[in-house]
Amino acid sequence: MKIHEYQAKELMKQHGIAVPIGRVATTVEEAVAAVRPIVEASGNAVVVVKSQIHAGGRGKGRFVEHPDVPGVNVVTDGLKGGVEATERRVRELAEKMLGSTLVTVQTGPEGKQVNRLYVEQGIDIERELYLSVVLDRATGRNVVMASTEGGMEIEEVAAETPEKILRETIDPAVGLLDFQARRLAFGLGLAGAAHKNGARFVKALAGLAVGLDTDMVEINPLVVTKSGDVMALDGKMSFDGNALFRHGDVTGMRDLSEEDAAEVEASEYGLSFIKLDGSIGCLVNGAGLAMATMDTIKQVGGEPANFLDVGGGATTENVTAAFKIITRDPNVKGIFINIFGGIMKCDTIANGVVAAVQQVGLEVPLVVRLEGTNVELGRKIIDESGLNVVSATDMKDGARKIVELTGGVQ
Amino acid sequence: MSILVDTNTRLIVQGLGEAGAFHTDKSIAYGTNVVGAVRPGKGGQSVRFEGETDRSGVPGRPDRYQVDVPSFDTVREAVEATGANATVIFVPPPFAADAIMEAAEAGIPLIVTITEGIPIQDMVKVKRYLEGKPVRLVGPNCPGVITPHQCKIGIMPGYIHQAGRIGVVSRSGTLTYEAVKQLTDNGLGQTAAVGIGGDPVNGTSFIDVLKLYNDDPATEGVIMIGEIGGTAEEEAAAWIAENMTKPVAAFIAGTTAPPGKRMGHAGAIISGGMGTAADKIAALQAAGVVVADTPSDMGSAMLEAMKRAGKA
Repeated sequence: MKIHEYQAKELMKQHGIAVPIGRVATTVEEAVAAVRPIVEASGNAVVVVKSQIHAGGRGKGRFVEHPDVPGVNVVTDGLKGGVEATERRVRELAEKMLGSTLVTVQTGPEGKQVNRLYVEQGIDIERELYLSVVLDRATGRNVVMASTEGGMEIEEVAAETPEKILRETIDPAVGLLDFQARRLAFGLGLAGAAHKNGARFVKALAGLAVGLDTDMVEINPLVVTKSGDVMALDGKMSFDGNALFRHGDVTGMRDLSEEDAAEVEASEYGLSFIKLDGSIGCLVNGAGLAMATMDTIKQVGGEPANFLDVGGGATTENVTAAFKIITRDPNVKGIFINIFGGIMKCDTIANGVVAAVQQVGLEVPLVVRLEGTNVELGRKIIDESGLNVVSATDMKDGARKIVELTGGVQ
Repeated sequence: MSILVDTNTRLIVQGLGEAGAFHTDKSIAYGTNVVGAVRPGKGGQSVRFEGETDRSGVPGRPDRYQVDVPSFDTVREAVEATGANATVIFVPPPFAADAIMEAAEAGIPLIVTITEGIPIQDMVKVKRYLEGKPVRLVGPNCPGVITPHQCKIGIMPGYIHQAGRIGVVSRSGTLTYEAVKQLTDNGLGQTAAVGIGGDPVNGTSFIDVLKLYNDDPATEGVIMIGEIGGTAEEEAAAWIAENMTKPVAAFIAGTTAPPGKRMGHAGAIISGGMGTAADKIAALQAAGVVVADTPSDMGSAMLEAMKRAGKA
């Protein structure tokens, strides 16, 4: 689960991590009202207005409706015209940004609507660094990664100058140790007050990552100010969905408007669903089999309309929901149900499909391939239902049949 | 001869809920020796399983079975009373890590964890806790381990298996069943099938299982089934090129998976690769592995690998 930058900064602040002073705004008036308290508290006439969407690359992104306006704007009008000039400029920007569509390298060409702005104090930046905490799958431990190349994508740094990436592995028995935090701070070339602040920042961030079950937390850039403060200028955080049960406050930060509606609905039924562009709807159990089903459909000349894993413990109700989500997509010209029952019983799938068809009808061809636990019972339920279903002997056979029934190879 | 489990396996069950009970029943029907269950607060009671065996070829099993499985409050008590040497865990995700560590503390050498959805940080702690202990964790989020006609631990449908010559190892549950069924249909059969699970932090790696198969005299070839993400398949390919003395076939799921849907992109950086299907297939082919084009071709890919090695 992803959250917005302003929410990530709120969590960092709660964990004693230094972030700039800022306020979130959902209306133009709120954005303007944020200016004065921020300027007064920070003593800096410069403020920054940042679009809040669940995608990176905002600084270089542009609005569809206002191609001259970037996703992040530094407002310096206050340096000469005082706080009123800042407020005027923030009003102009907020009017253009709120409700408009921001396109960045990560949003795709359709962009994302900006519903929130974050107004933040300007910072006198001395250096820009990079810091993140991620899981190293090879060792099964969390790793703190740091680099002097702040502001650059870490993938680029890894490809071009891998020696500039510093790493410290966190031992889960004791957490990140003080000497490791110091070593990273020295490695980043921090000295004096900045070194002390940097080491403290690193340690607190590692604690937050483990304590809040983040999938990833990335601070890019991490900035060192002229006065030796170390602050998170940006903050990206995502969370392990399986651990949200113990973080009610984080769960409350979920912004459903940033997520695909069908994917959200699917997740409520314990389904793993990803919408794709093809015409063949897929209903499969197991992530590996679901991926392989997509691969096979493509191999025989079709295009999958979705990835859908009903999971191991799905009930008839879950399967019915899955079927409804698939059939709602107007691009779907046919459906392929591919089940190899283990923990999932074939009769559960069969009952779910029959119930769904009775509720929503079936206007496209349906190919079903059942194998595994309670397969005889499952086939019997389908056969006796009177549904217009084509049976398949194996995955490739099923994929071929559904491609033929939906108009052949595309 | 087999790897991990056989007729000497004495299994206990942790997490005897609805799913746990259903699959325990199926395991007993397959001939697995289930000697106890851990049900905190219900120690001293017993649970009765009765039904018909699934005629999977288990020697010496009567057609009907009636088994009273005793319950214990703790794993340690269960081990002391039953001499259990394996456990299967169906405990719900929030409590599963504790169940694994309790089993490890009690010294059970084989811990098979079926539970799906355990928080990653819990598994990071589990992995650390298991370090230096003489136990093997298989999973989590896996179908389990089976030696055909001898012992079935987990949720795989027993009837598709047939004792034979091939070792199966997989990150994906349902794709394991696909491979197994094809090996049964084409007559190669299986020495064992091991699901290592799809989670980013797990107990047993591809290489761990490849080593076991390489050392197992009954296993003549191995099929491994991987998927996108991480670099476990690339590491396995490197190990195969150096050490494997038996033919290997493979399938990698996710060739057509859309990019940009994965999480935590920075995670791939550490391992120095992006974990695409193409990378994995190339690494395996370079190691001499026959890679199937589609999951329906896994059995024939194994046959091809055996033919190239002069074994079929």
